[in-house]
Amino acid sequence: MPTTLLERYFPVVLQAILAFAIGTLLIGASAILGKRVRNAVKNTAYECGMTPYGTAKERFSVKFYLVAMLFILFDIEAIFLYPWAVVFRDLKMFAFFEMLVFVILILAGFFYIYKKGALDWTAEELKPVQHKIHVDLMPADPVPSEKVTHAA
Amino acid sequence: MEFIIITLVKTGLVAFILLTTLAYLQWVERKVIAHVQARVGPYRVGPHGLLQPLADVVKLMTKEDLIPDHVNKVFYVLAPFLAVFLALLSISVIPFGPAVEIFGIKTNLGLADINIGILLILAVSSLGVYGIALAGWASNNKYSLMGGLRSAAQMVSYELPMALAIAAPLILSNSLNLREIVDTQAGNWYGIPNWNIFTGGQIFGFFLFMIAAFAETNRIPFDLPEAENELVAGFHVEYSSMKFAGFFMAEYANMITVCSVATVLFLGGWHSPIPSQAGSGVFAALVHFAAAGMLFFHAMHAARPFDKITFPVFGVVISGIGAIFLAGAFVWPALGAAINGLFWYGAKTFILLFVFIWIRATLPRFRYDQLMRFAWLFMFPAALLNMLITAFFVALKG
Amino acid sequence: MDLILFIVFAMFAVASALGLILQTHPINSALSLIGVMGSLAVLYLLLGAEFIAAAQLVVYAGAIMVLFLFVIMLLNAGEERNPWKAPVVAYIGGPVVIFLIGAFVYLINFTLPPMRSVSFGDFTGGGPREIGMAIFTKYLLPFEVTSVLILIAIVGAMVLARKEID
Repeated sequence: MPTTLLERYFPVVLQAILAFAIGTLLIGASAILGKRVRNAVKNTAYECGMTPYGTAKERFSVKFYLVAMLFILFDIEAIFLYPWAVVFRDLKMFAFFEMLVFVILILAGFFYIYKKGALDWTAEELKPVQHKIHVDLMPADPVPSEKVTHAA
Repeated sequence: MEFIIITLVKTGLVAFILLTTLAYLQWVERKVIAHVQARVGPYRVGPHGLLQPLADVVKLMTKEDLIPDHVNKVFYVLAPFLAVFLALLSISVIPFGPAVEIFGIKTNLGLADINIGILLILAVSSLGVYGIALAGWASNNKYSLMGGLRSAAQMVSYELPMALAIAAPLILSNSLNLREIVDTQAGNWYGIPNWNIFTGGQIFGFFLFMIAAFAETNRIPFDLPEAENELVAGFHVEYSSMKFAGFFMAEYANMITVCSVATVLFLGGWHSPIPSQAGSGVFAALVHFAAAGMLFFHAMHAARPFDKITFPVFGVVISGIGAIFLAGAFVWPALGAAINGLFWYGAKTFILLFVFIWIRATLPRFRYDQLMRFAWLFMFPAALLNMLITAFFVALKG
Repeated sequence: MDLILFIVFAMFAVASALGLILQTHPINSALSLIGVMGSLAVLYLLLGAEFIAAAQLVVYAGAIMVLFLFVIMLLNAGEERNPWKAPVVAYIGGPVVIFLIGAFVYLINFTLPPMRSVSFGDFTGGGPREIGMAIFTKYLLPFEVTSVLILIAIVGAMVLARKEID
């Protein structure tokens, strides 16, 4: 049975060494075993058989950046929940209301970003159309007369 | 010294079982999806295609290891390595069974027993983003970069509800040590097993966790990073041979990890749902004998002549395992406790893994905006609410 | 054993920190920073601060560095160029660094109370239970104020990104 901290973590270290070895072995093995035949076409970036154009390093929507930033903030909140859960039975209702205040303040921020539309990833053309489409069932002039004459 | 030797042996065993399971999970997935679609699946290599995983490994290893000139070579190689390394790491804190004493050696079934087990898993899974994001970036390909970026945003978005869903059972157990969390779920309450999902009222939390787990492992319906119809293969378009397989290995290893965590947090770990006085010791043996009986029955009415040989062989092997469980129940209680724990842990984990495969065979894929909206506007508030309600009732009950 | 692990990871931390400064490509620098965070987590763990070690990994390595990586990918930042090659910097830089390190070592050696060498793992206040008890009873006010801080940060993030969204 493990007694010291080092002994408790020894299996984790061992598993890390093992995982390192397995990872190296797998990637190393295919590098050694696989034969290499290079040609110009094989060397180009794959774009479904078309000739690649432009650069892959394009700029992306700011929303990716915003999601990462919001994730940090909410992740800090989440990490506080863990020591809180451990001592919860010692503090009971007191702990509950502590966390309630904390969460409500953060949820205010969440509500703010929701209202600002930062969490809405839907493209404009995919959004449901707001205005009603007017369907005229009985048009006043069903068939424009000049079209009929043209057809005839 | 004895401790170090036992740990070495255990780590070796776990690594062997884990790698075998990884290889055969692929086989199981292909078989299950084949049968869902009324096909037979792999059938040529070995009986019922059982040697297919080995053939796949040999094939992938001897394939051309292509490193195109336009990639960033260091990170291109580092990314699949990182994915595999991190995926194999977290199994070390999962407890598989109770503390047992066999041949005079006392040990826990499971590798490490640390105070922050669940946090370590969370930390490792949060680092898993790098493997995919780096692969996408280093490949220097439009599809790859798009896939890598999407998956990074998806994984961080679903990690949040996952962390919050994990917090609810922690309130019930008051520990971050996975072994202690399982220990608090022992016993039963008027015949209902005392698991967090039942008596802890975490059924909603369990579903939230599983949904987030699907997204974290990039499985259908959340496999946006490799959405074939728009990104070809997403972040691993430019990868070949074992580097390509590394990402799949990582995906399957992560699946096993999240299913294990779900088992430990919500489904009572290695505890049997049947009370011991109702014969939980015999149950595993009965399951194995029933499976063996079914194989013998099918051998008599074999559809293919080949099955007349393979089915009875499998049947004998499985009834042999059943006999070991029977011996554990009546002759050797120490062994019985160990293998029954492993049986229930394995059964629960594999049922969850089956659900993963089943859903892959059933559901289509989300659209990206639906995926993000679902994460932030449903999963996050729901997980937070679930946690607060759990906390309120625990505080009320005292 | 403790000492060996400490030296290995301290060296790794210093090497990664040097890499962070000396690398010219931002992605390399960001990954070096992850190396620093990771080895710091191990150093915390060696001191017995289990919870801090895990929090370091989850928050710094797992969340903040993802943002860094995103920004670098997003802006398509290339190799760093040195826009002003002032000769003064080259001459003064070295002595200033040596002076600062010297001052730092002097201050630590002479102003802080002498400490016995740390033997790892005998500090027992770093588990989640001790941290939880401290945060939720003794340091309750700082904890609640943290939520206000996070709220401000959320609003700030929105304001910064808003121009692009509208």
